[in-house]
Amino acid sequence: MSASAVFVLDLKGKVLICRNYKGEVDMAEIDHFLPLLMQQEEEGLLCPVISHGHVHFLWVKHSNLYLVATTNKNANASLVYAFLYKLVEVFTEYFKELEEESIQDNFVVVYELLDELMDFGFPQTTDSKILQEYITQEGTKLEVAKTRVPTTVTNAVSWRSEGIKYKKNEVFIDVIESINVLVNANGSVMSSDIVGSIKLKTMLSGMPELRLGLNDRVLFSLTGRDKGKSVTMEDVKFHQCVRLSRFESDRTISFIPPDGESELMSYRINTHVKPLVWIESVIEKFSHSRVEIMVKAKGQFKKQSVANNVEVRVPVPSDADSPKFKTSTGHAKYVPEKNLVVWTIKSFPGGKEFLMRAHFGLPSVEKDEMEGKPPITVKFEIPYFTVSGIQVRYMKIIEKSGYQALPWVRYITQSGDYQLRTNQ
Amino acid sequence: MEWASQLCENRHIGSKMTDSKYFTTTKKGEIFELKAELNSDKKEKKKEAVKKVIASMTVGKDVSALFPDVVNCMQTDNLELKKLVYLYLMNYAKSQPDMAIMAVNTFVKDCEDPNPLIRALAVRTMGCIRVDKITEYLCEPLRKCLKDEDPYVRKTAAVCVAKLHDINAQLVEDQGFLDTLKDLISDSNPMVVANAVAALSEIAESHPNSNLLDLNPQSINKLLTALNECTEWGQIFILDCLANYTPRDDRESQSICERVTPRLSHANSAVVLSAVKVLMKFMEMLPKDLDYYGTLLKKLAPPLVTLLSAEPELQYVALRNINLIVQKRPEILKHEMKVFFVKYNDPIYVKLEKLDIMIRLASQANIAQVLAELKEYATEVDVDFVRKAVRAIGRCAIKVEQSAERCVSTLLDLIQTKVNYVVQEAIVVIKDIFRKYPNKYESVIATLCENLDSLDEPEARAAMIWIVGEYAERIDNADELLESFLEGFHDESTQVQLQLLTAIVKLFLKKPTETQELVQQVLSLATQDSDNPDLRDRGYIYWRLLSTDPVAAKEVVLAEKPLISEETDLIEPTLLEELICHIGTLASVYHKPPSAFVEGSRGVQHRRLPARAGSGESSESPDVGQPVGAVPDTPPAVIPSQGDLLGDLLNLDLAPPTSSAPTVTPSMQMGAMDLLGGGLDSLLGGDIAGSPAMGAGLASAPVVMPASLGAPVSSGLDDLFDLGGGVGMPTGAFVVPKTIWLPAMKAKGLEISGTFARRAGVIQMELSLTNKAMSVMTDFAIQFNRNSFGLAPAGPLQVLTPLSPNQTTEISLPLSNVGPVMKMEPLNNLQVAVKNNIDVFYFSCQYPISILFVEEGKMERQVFLATWKDIPNDNETQYQIKDCHLNSDAATTRLQSSNIFTIAKRTVEGQDMLYQSIKLTNGIWVLVELRVQTGSPNYMLSVKCRAPEVAQLVYQCYEMVLKN
Repeated sequence: MSASAVFVLDLKGKVLICRNYKGEVDMAEIDHFLPLLMQQEEEGLLCPVISHGHVHFLWVKHSNLYLVATTNKNANASLVYAFLYKLVEVFTEYFKELEEESIQDNFVVVYELLDELMDFGFPQTTDSKILQEYITQEGTKLEVAKTRVPTTVTNAVSWRSEGIKYKKNEVFIDVIESINVLVNANGSVMSSDIVGSIKLKTMLSGMPELRLGLNDRVLFSLTGRDKGKSVTMEDVKFHQCVRLSRFESDRTISFIPPDGESELMSYRINTHVKPLVWIESVIEKFSHSRVEIMVKAKGQFKKQSVANNVEVRVPVPSDADSPKFKTSTGHAKYVPEKNLVVWTIKSFPGGKEFLMRAHFGLPSVEKDEMEGKPPITVKFEIPYFTVSGIQVRYMKIIEKSGYQALPWVRYITQSGDYQLRTNQ
Repeated sequence: MEWASQLCENRHIGSKMTDSKYFTTTKKGEIFELKAELNSDKKEKKKEAVKKVIASMTVGKDVSALFPDVVNCMQTDNLELKKLVYLYLMNYAKSQPDMAIMAVNTFVKDCEDPNPLIRALAVRTMGCIRVDKITEYLCEPLRKCLKDEDPYVRKTAAVCVAKLHDINAQLVEDQGFLDTLKDLISDSNPMVVANAVAALSEIAESHPNSNLLDLNPQSINKLLTALNECTEWGQIFILDCLANYTPRDDRESQSICERVTPRLSHANSAVVLSAVKVLMKFMEMLPKDLDYYGTLLKKLAPPLVTLLSAEPELQYVALRNINLIVQKRPEILKHEMKVFFVKYNDPIYVKLEKLDIMIRLASQANIAQVLAELKEYATEVDVDFVRKAVRAIGRCAIKVEQSAERCVSTLLDLIQTKVNYVVQEAIVVIKDIFRKYPNKYESVIATLCENLDSLDEPEARAAMIWIVGEYAERIDNADELLESFLEGFHDESTQVQLQLLTAIVKLFLKKPTETQELVQQVLSLATQDSDNPDLRDRGYIYWRLLSTDPVAAKEVVLAEKPLISEETDLIEPTLLEELICHIGTLASVYHKPPSAFVEGSRGVQHRRLPARAGSGESSESPDVGQPVGAVPDTPPAVIPSQGDLLGDLLNLDLAPPTSSAPTVTPSMQMGAMDLLGGGLDSLLGGDIAGSPAMGAGLASAPVVMPASLGAPVSSGLDDLFDLGGGVGMPTGAFVVPKTIWLPAMKAKGLEISGTFARRAGVIQMELSLTNKAMSVMTDFAIQFNRNSFGLAPAGPLQVLTPLSPNQTTEISLPLSNVGPVMKMEPLNNLQVAVKNNIDVFYFSCQYPISILFVEEGKMERQVFLATWKDIPNDNETQYQIKDCHLNSDAATTRLQSSNIFTIAKRTVEGQDMLYQSIKLTNGIWVLVELRVQTGSPNYMLSVKCRAPEVAQLVYQCYEMVLKN
């Protein structure tokens, strides 16, 4: 059904730590993993599933580690990958950074976690906040008599413990929208969408019941309310705390929140958005002599708004040298290890237009191998504003002790996967 | 650096202890030191020592020698230490089964600990120790833990049942744990329910027939309730379990769908995919005109699209599944083309999958955008991706007719880039475009010819040669072009050689005057200088065709080709259905049934989609065909993928419609009369006229009406038991050597060869099944299509043991002749379906008619005479058998062993005239006059029969029997 064993390997394929959950796959099979992976890589046919005889390796890579699950059954592959990513998440929350050293330095806790996260191939409790209540790095402090499984583990509310207390009860709501754009070399927008995310920082006592109200078009049409701007969300994904059937029936977003930071929901909006930062580029390559780059950036958003930390990343040939730049604002920098020119503008007001020119030399002897055509990518953040116009209308907080709690809302729009193809 | 420092310390200690008199190596010295520490009185030191042991274990050192010492540390108040000792036990108990017993007491005690954490830990660990002796002791603690007051312990115990079952299934059944586990499905705690479901599903998977899950509307309701409350993982277990259920009707199906759809909004991609699986499966049962059906279709698209923003590995799984969903229900994602556009930073495996889906979604509405994208991709640097993009352009041209012209011009642009692999790929697809739209785009041939020299891949060379041959009349220097390929003929791959041969023959037929020399050259290269039998055979066929009847050759070689279909690479519908039932799993990623890659999955039923309500077909229906409800809206014809396509092309030239090539058709004159229907009555009627053999003839007459099956059954039995008649039992009947009927390539690794024989009055199909695949094959079964003589398997195909890779098994399958009858062409053609755990395969074979010759085929002389006269002379056919060196007596004996009975012999002027009779299983009599001229190797054969269609087959039979 799922993983037979889970391994953490270093980049050379050496097993750092492993756990055999089912005993149906020979643990020595893992020795085949890296050679097969290398072979695939060489052939340019890399794939997240590798098989060797009857053994299948499902793997993900994180920093300098491979996390690999083995199975010889028709395993639920999506579950296995989701679990491996969960492992990364839990380990990261435990050790700050998940890498070779942190695994070695904490091998006792890693074993304990592996024992608790999965049993006989079935993922169990994977909420790191709850796990931290009974598996800690200061193991020595725990005496048997005192350590108990938090009832949370098996509760229907498995993400929040009871008895949480705050002096001041507050919830911070961040509405973050990322713009994904793909623009063709001739300037037409091939695809664009908005991926929104609502993040919470919950500092509330007890077991509060929360209800979030958005200007959701489906909700408005359900309730017959038709005033004000509403937003059509193409697809919505919720944290497991949200009652999905309730949302399905009457679009109410009701939940008992996890304590601290969490992502409550994400949504996708398919409407065609005007690319907020528009780039026009002319890249002229004169073989054996030089490359001339001209990039024009235009802020296609309200004049009152300002985009912060704008970065325009322009690809240059790998054999380019002796860069020269001229910018109308901000500054440009050559990053040779990434074959990029990065043009940074700290503050970019709406409606404005800026220009950057770059000049590179090219060697007289050209390289044989073809280079790809990486796109220009753009990064930015525009605070106090959502492209979609989504708004938090209310956040109701009800706790049986009856305290008053304040919700704070912040809006921000940022670049997501923002790519503009070039002719070169 | 806890870890590293320990290791250093160990090494240091080791070097100090090298001269220990008990241990000789430094490594063992270290173990000695650890042993001392483990037995220390100080708790802290003990714990540090256990940690060192675990550290050594982790780096792969063997520390099993410390088993008793570590186990001694087990009884402790320190939770961390306890966990470490348990971990050690799990690793080494198997290698030290006797000592592992020492741990049992502590385990049992821990299972009673007041702290639920310890109880759960103990039962969890005990289940992981795969030692029989320990297992016995596990039963009582496990029983208690399954009823524990704490849900944390119960959920752990539930999983432990599955562990125990894996070690000793019988024990679990005897102890009644399965029932307890089933009870846990009704537990008040959702996590316990989820784990119980997971454990039961796991057990059920290894025992497919156990009916463990016993899903019914009540238990389904419980699961759906738990679905709302349990963790994300629990939701997956429950959804996967639900997917195995078949609702009783469309209403139940709809209500389950309604309760599953909210899961599509879950943040965990695996939950979403498992929900999609349930919905895709249950949707099958909903009537299409139902409003809800449309609603559901609309609800599926957004979550599938959102999966593309997940981590790349999950994207990959999602894309492989979307590929299936798009084939099954194209309407779901038909408007979502854009999301499959490839991003520069997508990993290669995501790029290739997206491309595949783009082609599937390509339609007239979006083709312009798709083409622009594909052209962009074709200028990338990743060779595999670029190739696939070029191919995709070709596939678009074939799929969307309106775009063909634009596709061709895009391909020409790409050819201008002169990038070698782009050019070659483009030429391969242009060949297909020519096939699809004949006489439309040939103006580009000149451009293609310019690139002739740069082609170094066989497929591209073969495609180019095909184009030159096919359009030889429009290419002025076609002969020069082909001649240039001929120079290195023997260095070419078979594909190219075959294509070159055909192309030159085409050229010759089109421009015979200038190319005679060329064609002779290629024919001699192919027939005389080549070791390749395919090439030689094809060479000879052309040679003979050209030398005997050039007009016929023209009709054959230049025959009009059937059009190629639009869709390629479609998954065969039954497999597609099975894969839909496995959404999210490895099977859906590999696009292979689980039986193809999971060892020992024999006996596991192939999952099927449920039938739509009202179709009256149950989902368990064992027949091969698709359930009515599963037929997609517009079932596209499956044609072979690109690779096979060329092979197809090559063979095409050889298999023209028979009507256009009279010379190659056997001179069989098929009468319009229905051999087995109306004709039969007259035949029997004739026989009744004073035939003593009438009774027998009547009894074994085939009955076409299924209502009266009784008679033929008994006659079959008569045949079976009629051994008495065979005093000189015809055991020496000639049997054709086995030939391959089904090559492994066409049957996913199953190769079938076989022949037919008649032994002791029983028709036998003798089969050799060879497994040339990598996995075990099981569940063989065989079925025949209706055929001329009603042949049918008399029993099941008995393959007793599963067929391992590279194993061959020989089977004799007795056949009866009471199956349903349908006239076949040729008459002795038999269409067979063989099923195994992988798939169903079809092939056809021809049986020698001699297997139908019954033992009681000797006619009375008088009757013979009367019948001979009675059969009209039009029904007499004459044949010559050449080069036969038997005398008439030897021939008589030999023929008799094949149930051809000589009734009389007459010698006239040195010529022996043998009069012979044959009776077929369906009662048809065949009368024969065989003339043997002493001293001449040529026999004359006259065959008279009321069903003249059989004459040709009888003649073939004589040829075979007399010459072997």
